[in-house]
Amino acid sequence: MKAPSASPSAPVTSPPRSRLRSLALPALLFVALAILPLAALAASAGYVLDLFTRVMIFSVAALSVDLLIGYAALVTFGQAAFVGIGAYAVGILSSHGITDALVALPVAMTAAGLFALLTGIVCLRTKGVYFIMITLAFGQMAFFTASSLAPYGGDDGLTLADRNTLAGLALFGRPLVFYYVVLAVLIASYALCRSLVASRFGRVLRGTKENALRMTTLGFRVYRFQLVAYVIAGMLSGLAGFLLANATEFVSPAYMSWQRSGELIIMVLLGGIGTLHGAIVGAAAFLLLEEWLAGFTEHWKMIFGPLLVLVVVFVRGGLIGIAAALGRAVARRFGRG
Amino acid sequence: MAEPVLALRDVRKQFGGLVVSDNVTFSVAPGELHAIIGPNGAGKTTLINQISGVLMPDSGTILFGGRDITRLGPPERARLGLARSFQITSVLPGFSALENVALAVQARSGSSFRFFGDAAGETALNEPALAALAEVGLADRAEVPAGHLAHGEKRALELAMALVTEPKLLLLDEPMAGTGREETARLIGVLRRLKGRFAMMLVEHDMTAVFALADRISVLIYGRIMISGTPDEVREDPQVVAAYLGDELE
Amino acid sequence: MSTTLLIVQILNGLQLGVLLFLIAAGLTLVFGVMDFINLAHGVQYMLGAYLAVAFYGLTGSFFAALVLALAAALVFGLLLEVLVFRHLYGRDHLDHVIATFGIILFLNSAVKLVWGAAPLSLPVPEALSGSVALAPGLLYPVWRLVIIGSGLAVALLLYVLVSRTRIGMLVRAGATNAEMVGALGVDIRRLFSLVFGFGAMLAGFAGIMIAPILSVEPGMGDTILILAFVVIVIGGIGSIRGAFVAALLIGLVDTLGRSFSVDILRLFMASSTARTVGPALASMLIYLLMAVVLYVRPTGLFPAKGR
Repeated sequence: MKAPSASPSAPVTSPPRSRLRSLALPALLFVALAILPLAALAASAGYVLDLFTRVMIFSVAALSVDLLIGYAALVTFGQAAFVGIGAYAVGILSSHGITDALVALPVAMTAAGLFALLTGIVCLRTKGVYFIMITLAFGQMAFFTASSLAPYGGDDGLTLADRNTLAGLALFGRPLVFYYVVLAVLIASYALCRSLVASRFGRVLRGTKENALRMTTLGFRVYRFQLVAYVIAGMLSGLAGFLLANATEFVSPAYMSWQRSGELIIMVLLGGIGTLHGAIVGAAAFLLLEEWLAGFTEHWKMIFGPLLVLVVVFVRGGLIGIAAALGRAVARRFGRG
Repeated sequence: MAEPVLALRDVRKQFGGLVVSDNVTFSVAPGELHAIIGPNGAGKTTLINQISGVLMPDSGTILFGGRDITRLGPPERARLGLARSFQITSVLPGFSALENVALAVQARSGSSFRFFGDAAGETALNEPALAALAEVGLADRAEVPAGHLAHGEKRALELAMALVTEPKLLLLDEPMAGTGREETARLIGVLRRLKGRFAMMLVEHDMTAVFALADRISVLIYGRIMISGTPDEVREDPQVVAAYLGDELE
Repeated sequence: MSTTLLIVQILNGLQLGVLLFLIAAGLTLVFGVMDFINLAHGVQYMLGAYLAVAFYGLTGSFFAALVLALAAALVFGLLLEVLVFRHLYGRDHLDHVIATFGIILFLNSAVKLVWGAAPLSLPVPEALSGSVALAPGLLYPVWRLVIIGSGLAVALLLYVLVSRTRIGMLVRAGATNAEMVGALGVDIRRLFSLVFGFGAMLAGFAGIMIAPILSVEPGMGDTILILAFVVIVIGGIGSIRGAFVAALLIGLVDTLGRSFSVDILRLFMASSTARTVGPALASMLIYLLMAVVLYVRPTGLFPAKGR
């Protein structure tokens, strides 16, 4: 029996159910990350803990990239600069003997946010490909500026004496504690972004992605919304930089190189743009793939590069898209059988 | 006579050597539906774009509720109560019909710099949006992505989006373009129900719609207003009949 | 700062500007005509340098190496166009960025595999080595003058090509309105391949010419690529004239800024502070210039697209 419908191509979605389902995957991810140390400890591999700490840190940065690309259609190619600024805040403060996270964290995020505000005022006046190139150029500016900071290591970077303390307690020094701190930060960042895109503000952002001119004629001053989003994303990346400096106990201009910015975009693309949890899946996929391929050959980028080209030419929707397509195919088969 | 909602005085616009608005002067009274007709290339869309702020006139003034808005941009004009629908349907295709209208409610009422709380669950946004959807006959299509709506339904959705902004003036840029006979009849019905609640300026090729709806009609030819009058006056004007209407009215 | 030093640095700035122009010209053409962002343009410059070194090793003659490397750069550009880029026209800019980024990763790594990670060098051709006295007490390397001269010659050639020939007319029309060119019945595919190959060859030429005075190493194209982006953004994307003006501007500002920032700052502050702030400021200078230009004119100095 068929239900009569005016337009069969238009499925009526039921939001509550799809919302539940859309939270299932991120919840699963976080649970997996939470129990991972148990498995890792059993195998007594501090290496795994380190690797996944890095995965989660880059997930935070990739989240900020997805916020801009996936929800505001702002293709930012300079996000690594904000990560670097956050990291340098930790490094510079530490070289002056200020090593508490209660100071370093706010400074890192404020500095990144301020840089986002100042560059965003210029970047967001332009559109499309100009925006890509300008964010790229500003990122490079940050890179060269860091390289020329002779008192703070210049090209060579800066080694931290130790990880930050938290209110005087040397908590970050213990790998397992640090791991869970990073996980907590990741979950909080994810929750923030999730809430942001569903809010009134996020709806306006998503609207500008669909049709910016229409939003203008509705009376929205698109520029302001984009600028606020740009600053939020910058601060989030600054947060990631704060964590990265603590994880590596080292700060270097290389954190800001434009290749890093490109890698952040690739993470988001791999995971699936405009999904948020895709940023986490993508960061994990990228870093694990890097780790795995690098195990075979030091020229792993010769494999990874063409892989990227193939993904772009042939695949849409990233890994989550591929998984969903596979899932549908399996479901269809079982449904028939 | 009450102060007009919209008044254009000697508005002139040139593209290169081509004069597309030739000292246009006309007004729309409160609650009035004023139709602009004219052959293709007469400069109707250019005129609408100048009124909504997408284009700036070279000279002349545009008054809205007595205030000079000639140099204001589209968002500022929208905030003053000037809403428009587009010649090419302009909805947000990825948003549901409800979300499209709720966004318009949001544009009109209150702050959009709210970073927390699920906008999709806000009754303050959804209730007026649903009411507007019901008014244009889209109540049962609220959850459908706007990109999946039929052409006439998108038109109706645009109307609903304009409605909730509680405009002082609604600019309608060829709302009947590309719609079928039935859909046209339905849209005429919707517009007739809305008439009188706010002023409307209708640019339209469909003469059935124009003569069924308009209180006043201005005929625009080569960027110049040839005549302004009631539908009857326009229908009987020999110049208009000769130049434009001709056999379209039979 | 002496006048001699100033003149030398101005010439150095011109040389950098001319080099940037060679790279930016191809980039801006490809973008203007095909609406395609090619991040891999920088590795084509790097490849030019490596090919020159390789062919020099085989032939022992710089000029033979120049001709062979140019031909190889052209072939390689066409190959990339057919294999990858052709499938991406009309797609999202983000797709362009990612795919061409993948090509960068591949080529930087491939170069390392083939020629090793250590920097290589190419000798300056015998006849053009040494310095020439431009004025009493003002010696300047001949090869740098050759770079400036050949860059200006290419600029002139491009100007004539673009403004005086049928293909140039199509390229200009394509930069303004690509659909119209298609409607004229022109074989768009061939035009695209041609523009692309030509752009790749120009970048390769820049790489070959710079190889004798710069170390040839993996990743050498990455930094120059961003500078070329700054150039075409300031000049206005799609505009050859804009690229020329902006390239010289950037070349001069960057070179002079780096040479004199400390001296100039020393007039205002303690010399130790100046030594710290100067280099940082100098490296920011061109980006600040870009920010100012774009703040005032968001589509650059000579916008080509009539939007």
